[in-house]
Amino acid sequence: MEVIFLLIAISLIMAATFLYLFFKAMKDGQFDDDFTPSVRILFDSQKKKVKKDQPTKTKSYE
Amino acid sequence: MINHPNLESLTKCFHCGEACTESKIDLEEKSFCCKGCKLVYEVLSENGLSSYYDLEHFPGESQRLKNSKFQKFDFLDDTDVQNQLLDFRNYIESHITFFIPNIHCASCIWLLENLMQINSHVISSRVDFIKKKVQIKFHSNSITLKELVVLLATIGYEPKIKFSDEGGTSVPTTDKKLITQLAVAGFCFGNMMLFSLPEYFSESKLLGEGFKGLFNYLNVILALPVVFYSANSYYFSAWNSLKQKKVNMDVPIVLGIVALFLYSLWEIFFSQNAGFMDSLGGLIFFLLLGKVYQQKTFATLEFDRDYKSYFPMAVTKLVQDQESVVPISKLSVGDVILIRDQELIPADSVLLGQSANIDYSFVTGEEIPVSKKKGEVIYAGGRQVGDPVLLTVQKLPSQGYLTDLWNHDAFEKEKPGQLEPLANKISGAFTWTVLAISFSAFFYWSFEDLSLAVKAFTSVLIVACPCALAMSTPFTLGNSLRIFGKGKLFLKNVAVVEKMAQVDTLVFDKTGTLTSPSNATINYCGDSLTEETKDLLKALVSKSTHPLSNRINQWLGNRSILKVEAYKEVKGEGIEAFYSGECVRIGSQDFAGFGHQLKISEGNLVYLSIGNQVIGYFHILSGLRESAPSMIRALENSYELHLLSGDQSHEQLSLRKNLGSKINFNFNQSPLDKLKYLQNLERNGKHALMIGDGLNDAGALQASEVGIAVTEHVSHFSPASDAIIDSTVLAKIPEFLAFAKANRTIIKCSFLLSFAYNMVGVSLAVQGLLSPLICAVLMPLSSITVVVFTTVSTNLVALKKGLITLKKD
Repeated sequence: MEVIFLLIAISLIMAATFLYLFFKAMKDGQFDDDFTPSVRILFDSQKKKVKKDQPTKTKSYE
Repeated sequence: MINHPNLESLTKCFHCGEACTESKIDLEEKSFCCKGCKLVYEVLSENGLSSYYDLEHFPGESQRLKNSKFQKFDFLDDTDVQNQLLDFRNYIESHITFFIPNIHCASCIWLLENLMQINSHVISSRVDFIKKKVQIKFHSNSITLKELVVLLATIGYEPKIKFSDEGGTSVPTTDKKLITQLAVAGFCFGNMMLFSLPEYFSESKLLGEGFKGLFNYLNVILALPVVFYSANSYYFSAWNSLKQKKVNMDVPIVLGIVALFLYSLWEIFFSQNAGFMDSLGGLIFFLLLGKVYQQKTFATLEFDRDYKSYFPMAVTKLVQDQESVVPISKLSVGDVILIRDQELIPADSVLLGQSANIDYSFVTGEEIPVSKKKGEVIYAGGRQVGDPVLLTVQKLPSQGYLTDLWNHDAFEKEKPGQLEPLANKISGAFTWTVLAISFSAFFYWSFEDLSLAVKAFTSVLIVACPCALAMSTPFTLGNSLRIFGKGKLFLKNVAVVEKMAQVDTLVFDKTGTLTSPSNATINYCGDSLTEETKDLLKALVSKSTHPLSNRINQWLGNRSILKVEAYKEVKGEGIEAFYSGECVRIGSQDFAGFGHQLKISEGNLVYLSIGNQVIGYFHILSGLRESAPSMIRALENSYELHLLSGDQSHEQLSLRKNLGSKINFNFNQSPLDKLKYLQNLERNGKHALMIGDGLNDAGALQASEVGIAVTEHVSHFSPASDAIIDSTVLAKIPEFLAFAKANRTIIKCSFLLSFAYNMVGVSLAVQGLLSPLICAVLMPLSSITVVVFTTVSTNLVALKKGLITLKKD
C-alpha cells in the first residue's frame, strides 16, 4: 500500500503542472480572443499569391 | 432595410453586393456599384489579394456613401496625437491598435491580416474579431501613421480613432485575477475532494491511520491557498461594508468561511478528525464561479463615453490663410477653423461663410440638416454637410452648450443608488438571525456539555453559511444579462437588472426614440403627379443619400427608373437633372425657384419643379414609430410616463391623440432642463428610467436611475448610459421591464429554497448532530439546486415573454 504515497505525489505534481500551464496560457493571451483563431486556421497559407485564373467561389462560411 | 422585390433581377456589385443602378461600372466582367467599390477591388487584385472575394460573397462594405477625402486624417501627423495613439514605438517599428467597426466577416480577417502584401512596410497585423480591433506593427520610418490609416480607409476599413483609445487596449485586470482565483480554487477543491473521499465511505480505516493523517494534512495545505488567496475579495468587501456600518451579503459568507476553516483546523489537529476542508474549497469555488458568470461584458460596446469620444481629435485651423492641423485641446476662443464636408464641429462657433448645412443627428437624433446663415451660432456636435465652411470659435470645446453638461454635478458623483440590491437587504437580517441562533445553541448546550456547545455553535455558522443564498443572485442576474443581450438590450452590468425591476417612472425622449426617421409621413400638395413624373422623381431621389430623398424614395415605392441626363446633386440645396430637354429640380424653396415662403409649423418642405415651373411640394414629418402607441398603452397603467422633447409644443395634440392622455408632455426642453427634470423626479422619490438617444439626453440619462440609450447600430454612437438598446426592439420595453421584475421573484423564490435547506441544516446543527457526511451532502446540494433553479426559471420566463426562442440559430 505504500505505493499510494508515490501515486499521490505524482497526481499532485501532474495537477499542479496543469494549473501552471493554464496560468501560462492565460498570460500569453490564449483566452483573450476565442473566435478569430477559429477562422484564421481555415485560410490557405499562401505567402505570395499570383492572380488566380478561376476564382473558386464555392467556399463560404455560413 | 427596405426590401426590393426586383433586386434579384439587378446586377449586384461584386464588392459589396448592393444593386447596381445607372452608375454601374464594369471591369473584367465584374460589375461595381460605384467608383469606391471598384477602387477597392483594383487595389486588392493588383496585390494578389483577390481571395478576399472567394472567402465570402460580397464581403465589402458599400463605398458609395464614403467620402474619399483623406485630409481629415491630417491630424495624425501631429506627434502629440501619435504618442497618444501608439501602443509602442522604437526607432525601427511602431505598434498600434485600431478599432474598426466595419470588421464583420471572415474575409475581413483575411484581408486585414494580409495587409503586408499591399504595403511592404507593414510588418504584421492581427485581428481580434469579437472586439473588432486590429493590431498593426509597421516600420514607422517608411510609412507614417497617416499613410497607414489612409491605406485602411482605401480598402474600406476606416478605423475609428478616438481619444478614449488613449491607454491602448485596457484588458480588465480584475477579470484575469478572478479567473486565476477560480483556477486555484478549482485545483485545490478537486484534490481535496479526492483525499476526502475515503472518509465519506469509511474506507480510511482500511487504509490505516497513517494515510488518514496524511490526507488530512494534505487537505490543510491545499486549503491554505483557497482561504488566503481565492477568497480574498470577500474579506475586503465584507470589511468595507462593516466600516460603513452596513451588512452586505459577503459578511455572512466570511463568517461561514472563518468558522469552517478554524473548526476544521481544530478537528484535524486536535481531534484527528477529517474536518470540512473539502466543503470549504467547494463553497469558495462555487461562489467564484457565480462571480465569473455575473461578469458578462459586451466587448464592443462602451457605456461610459463622454463627449471627448465623439468629437474629432484635431481640427484644421487657419492662421493668416495658412492651414494647420491642431488637436482640439489646443484650440482657443477666436480661432478660425475650417470644417469640411462630414466633419464634426468641435466647439460652439459663429459661422463666417455665407451658409452652412448642419446635421445635428448626433445631438438630437434628427438627421435632416438645418441650414444656417452667416453670423449664426453653430453648436458643437453638429456635422457640416456640403462645402467647407469657416467658423470662429466662441467657446472652448470643454465649455460648449452641450459639453457643459459634463461639468454638471450629475457626472461627478456616482449614480444616485437609492435602490439597494435585494441580497444586501436580506443579508442584514440573515446575519443577525444566524448569530442569534448560534449563540442560543451555545448557551443551551453549555449547561450540559461545553464541547458540544462549541460544536453546535460552529456547526450553525457553518451550515447556515449562505452559499446558496449568495449564489442565487449572481446566477439569476448573470443569466438575465445574457437573455437581455440576446434580445438586443445590452446592460452595463447585473446591477442594472435589479434597478430596472424597481423603477416606477418612465421618461422618453421624443425625437429618435418615439419617432423614427424611417416612419416619415409625407403629404404631397400641388398638381397631381403622373406615373411618368413619379418615375422621374424616383430616378432623382434614388441616387441621393440625403435623408429627405430617402424618405421620398420610400414613399414612391418600387417603380421603374427613368434615364435622366446631367444629374447633379447640390449639397444642402437639392437635386437637378435633365429629362427630355427639360430641367427637373427637387429641393429647397430657393433651389426649385418657388416664389414665396410657406409657413409650416413643423417638418420639412421639399419643392419640385419641372422646366422652371414649380408643380408642387412635399411636406415631410417625422412620424411616430409604429410600435410606440401600443408600447405606451402597455405601460401606462403600471408606470408614470413622461415625455421630454426639445421641440416646440405644436405637435402636442397629435401626440396626445396617438399616445393617450396618461403621459406627461414637456416641450422646449434644453439638455440641462432634461437633466434637472430627472433630478426633480428623483428628489420626489421616484425611480426613473430614461430612454433617449442623442447627446442632448446625456445629462438626463446620467441623472436617471436607469438610463437606456437608443441606437440604430449598436456599435455606433451612444451617450454614456446604463444600457444600450437596438432601436428595432424598442417595442419590447414592456416585456423587458416585466422580465426584470420576474427576476426579482425568481431571486426571492431561490432565497426561500436555500432557506429551506438552511432550516434542515440548522435544525441538525443546533442539536449538535452535524456529521461531515451531512455537511458534505447538504452544502453542494443546496448550491446546485439553487443554480439549476435560477437558470431554468429565468430561461422559462424569458421564453414565455418571447425574449428568447427555443430554436437555436
